[in-house]
Amino acid sequence: MRSEVVRATVRALKQAETSLPGWVVELIEGALHSEGSPVARSQLQFMLENARLAEEESIPLCQDTGLLVFYVEVGRDLQLDFDLKDAIAEGVRDATEEIPLRPNAVDPLTRQNSGDNTGLEIPEIFLERIDGHSLRITAFPKGAGSENMSLLGMLNPAEDPWEFVLEAVAARAANACPPLFLGIGVGGTFDLAARLAKLALLRLPGSSPLELELLGRINSLGIGPMGLGGETTALGLKVERAFCHTASLPVAVNFQCWAHRCASEVVR
Amino acid sequence: MSLELETPLSLEKIRGLEAGDKVYLSGTIYTARDKAHLLLCAGRSPVSLEGAALYHCGPLMKGGRVLSAGPTTSGRMARYTEKVLSFGVRAIIGKGGLPAEPFAGRAVYLAYPGGCGAAAGRQLKLIRGYFEELGMAEALWELQAERLGPMTVAIDSYGKDLYRDVRASALRRLKS
Repeated sequence: MRSEVVRATVRALKQAETSLPGWVVELIEGALHSEGSPVARSQLQFMLENARLAEEESIPLCQDTGLLVFYVEVGRDLQLDFDLKDAIAEGVRDATEEIPLRPNAVDPLTRQNSGDNTGLEIPEIFLERIDGHSLRITAFPKGAGSENMSLLGMLNPAEDPWEFVLEAVAARAANACPPLFLGIGVGGTFDLAARLAKLALLRLPGSSPLELELLGRINSLGIGPMGLGGETTALGLKVERAFCHTASLPVAVNFQCWAHRCASEVVR
Repeated sequence: MSLELETPLSLEKIRGLEAGDKVYLSGTIYTARDKAHLLLCAGRSPVSLEGAALYHCGPLMKGGRVLSAGPTTSGRMARYTEKVLSFGVRAIIGKGGLPAEPFAGRAVYLAYPGGCGAAAGRQLKLIRGYFEELGMAEALWELQAERLGPMTVAIDSYGKDLYRDVRASALRRLKS
């Protein structure tokens, strides 16, 4: 079973790094169809061409193959006689060689690169218990360009959380490789809001009236692909909520680039 | 309509470019990120930067082949812009932009579509590496570009800056 987890990790990473989910391609195609700015159109077209090329040649879409994040759902009836995190880390080391991936993980203070995309607490792994016997591994490589633009605000409950999101996008979108996806965590505690924002990216695309209205407001800002102007600033967003203290209003915005790389593998 | 550029870049050629132009660039280019910039600014450039194009990029390489090599966020290197342009660099390639002032009268900023590493890898060939001890992402790679693009002139030598205009307009729309 352990070796199957290692191989499933490599497969999920390979698929995530070298191809885009079909629904993401469709959203970019839709944006290209409705976009009026020539600079914006040229870039959207090239993004689609890049995705096709990466998939055909099985090479990473983006040279920033990311810091590696995994969302792992483990069946309650499953008995594991090995360390799951250790097996996934081994998959990461194998994938770094095989795909290959750029070694991105460094010590935060010495900046020493481990060379294999693993290190203290990395890969980051979210574990969730589900019913049944299966184990599902979702690979979610996260590039620094978009991650660096993410932010958390501990707002006054009298403030408007959506204004906070809109201001963040207006000021920061250009560096995060728009058209963007946004994971938004509202409520909870300092850390829960941030975790919800990341999980929201795994539950894209949102389709509630609130999410669609916010998406419309973001796309009216005119930031466009790569921040060079246009009608396509974001392709999708998801809002996750948690109850918070009556005196608090935490809001976390996790930026994601247009290349929303994400793929799952099931181990039975 | 798109324009073809070739390195080394002359001042005259740079002055012929306007923000919004679509360009393709051929010839030798150099990648540099945070750590390589530090060395360049310390006067340790292993190459002449006169007329050069500097690419903000940390490529993914394998066996001497450029696999994936899109742009990185230029903003991190903003503190070095004045200095590297003073060495004669005529074009900085990246994403997200830089303060426009240092470019006035001498250089342009070219925006390569972010995230398009696989396509960029096809347009670039490795010539040689410098500062390889800094690691794959941080080394200074000398690359041969064959019609690198499509790129957009995002900051021209006349002070026009598309990022600044777009950001200012977005903030105005937000407040209206």
